Amino acid sequence: MAIDFLYPQYEVVRNYDRCIACRACERQCANEVHFYDPEFQKMMADESKCVACHRCVSLCPTRALKIVKTDHTFKANANWTGKAISEVYRQAGTGGVLLSSMGNPEPYPIYWDKMLINASQVTNPSIDPLREPMETRTFLGKKPGKVERDRDGRLVPNLSPQLELNVPVMFSAMSYGSISYNAHASLARAACALGTYYNTGEGGLHQDFYQYGPHTIVQVASGRFGVHKEYLEAGAAIEIKMGQGAKPGIGGHLPGHKVGPDISRTRMIPEGTDAISPAPHHDIYSIEDLRQLVFSLKEATAYKKPVMVKIAAVHNVAAIASGVARSGADIICIDGYRGGTGAAPTRIRDNVGIPIELALAAVDQRLRDEGIRDQVSVVVGGSIRNSADLLKAIALGADACYIATAALLALGCHLCRSCQTGKCNWGIATQRPELVKRLNPEIGAQRLINLVTAWDHELKEMMGGMGINSIEALRGNRLMLRGIGLTQKELDILGIKHAGE
Amino acid sequence: MKRIYVNEKWCLGCHLCEYYCAFANSGKSSMVKALKDHKIAPRIRIEERDGISFAVNCRHCTDPLCVKGCISGALTIVDGAVQIDSDKCVGCYTCILSCPYGALSTSNEGAIQKCELCMKNAFGQPLCVQGCPNKAIVYEER
Repeated sequence: MAIDFLYPQYEVVRNYDRCIACRACERQCANEVHFYDPEFQKMMADESKCVACHRCVSLCPTRALKIVKTDHTFKANANWTGKAISEVYRQAGTGGVLLSSMGNPEPYPIYWDKMLINASQVTNPSIDPLREPMETRTFLGKKPGKVERDRDGRLVPNLSPQLELNVPVMFSAMSYGSISYNAHASLARAACALGTYYNTGEGGLHQDFYQYGPHTIVQVASGRFGVHKEYLEAGAAIEIKMGQGAKPGIGGHLPGHKVGPDISRTRMIPEGTDAISPAPHHDIYSIEDLRQLVFSLKEATAYKKPVMVKIAAVHNVAAIASGVARSGADIICIDGYRGGTGAAPTRIRDNVGIPIELALAAVDQRLRDEGIRDQVSVVVGGSIRNSADLLKAIALGADACYIATAALLALGCHLCRSCQTGKCNWGIATQRPELVKRLNPEIGAQRLINLVTAWDHELKEMMGGMGINSIEALRGNRLMLRGIGLTQKELDILGIKHAGE
Repeated sequence: MKRIYVNEKWCLGCHLCEYYCAFANSGKSSMVKALKDHKIAPRIRIEERDGISFAVNCRHCTDPLCVKGCISGALTIVDGAVQIDSDKCVGCYTCILSCPYGALSTSNEGAIQKCELCMKNAFGQPLCVQGCPNKAIVYEER
């Protein structure tokens, strides 16, 4: 109907002086934007289908293409923006919940960008990481509260199981189903090469990836998809997913058309059925219930693996984290509201949850105040965009960070935020075989290794500048941070001083 | 000897290798100048059917039928690579008939053309390999 017509958001600009009509754009666009018109003898485009994923732009051999945001406009209105108006039209036309993918893109404050890092001058020497020892290795897990000795004075080895990370970065949970086989293969290989971990997400572990088990974190989520004894035993750690930053308080839904033979086998559900993860775990309604699951999983794996609990950053996150720490979990993972997803209701993604920076500072402070900080490690995710964010997170109190959006970007994702369509032109968020093969894990793994190695170099440079040579000395070292343009309340929550103080 | 190998598993069927090949052997300074409004005659071809695709070009066989069959001595093996001396070619097309891969074809300049690993053009290394977006074509020692 005419009333439903929305002018396309993007326009395909083709420089016909350069276009050689090789049709690579046409062959590579799963959205079928480009086509060759034999009558005009030139390439044309239907921009109404364009999602701005830039696959065509990247592959065009003569740089003849660019995608621009349309300047078509509604009458300017600071309150009823074009986006707000279009969303009303879409819902009036369909009666449906609006869906979105990847992280919250709205212009909320980014606290990482309002914190500045310290450096040594004169009175305390900085360290050159190329010439002097500098360690970014770290260990996650419960730390012993005291040294125990037996009757003969020998040390009692009372260390709980630990995860050893060569770099304080892990790849966060993305299920096989939400992302492709080749994306998983890339993450798994990179995690092994980097000496860190990737996370299966809640979709189970594909048989081919058991070989990467020592660098795998296996997840147990509310749907319990693909969970069995060998699965739990395969991983280096087990993560219980209570919440996700992109959609706190709700579950997940992998549509049946994505559940092919491989995913059906891995998730242990019938082919073609929707995989629905309930909003809560139906057996967890209290910290005591959570404790039961934590210890069930520990019991099942002979107390050899750390158990992690992942929660979304919500208003009362500090108290929740305190409860989780007392549940027997070894590691708490907090996912901020900028965290990504393969599909979430737009309203939830854009309005629920709190910034990871504030959540992290509040959790670290609360656990310290209660004297239980050493009982758990804290891992944060939800938009760690670069090594400076990583360093600031550690200085605010994190033991390590989870990255996923950045990892997908390394694999080719252009953040077009259309994962829910299943037509990812980069072979990441899709299960269509002809699209999945576009991501060669040999290339993907190398790019992930490059990214994390680069961040590690930068992290060492910045730490060296601060005169710090280990993650342990940086962790929770909030004196190394200063706020800029923040209110006193924000500074109090972050536990940092203002620049100049 | 380094050869071009193709991996059908990673071939996307984008046909870019064909365009990079045509450009590499055009002698022009840009792809636009070389290929705009031209029908290309590349020395590498994508074979595709039922969702499977892969690139085919000269295998540089160790015992090549084309060289054996060449009546004028135009085709020779130089450092393991099968090369053409266009001046000697008489255009009998025996090589085209005898190649089991269909890797030789007629040419507008000289009588036949085939992949010569970009050794004779300005690039010095196979441009199809550099242009392949998914490492489906590799140039390596095996």
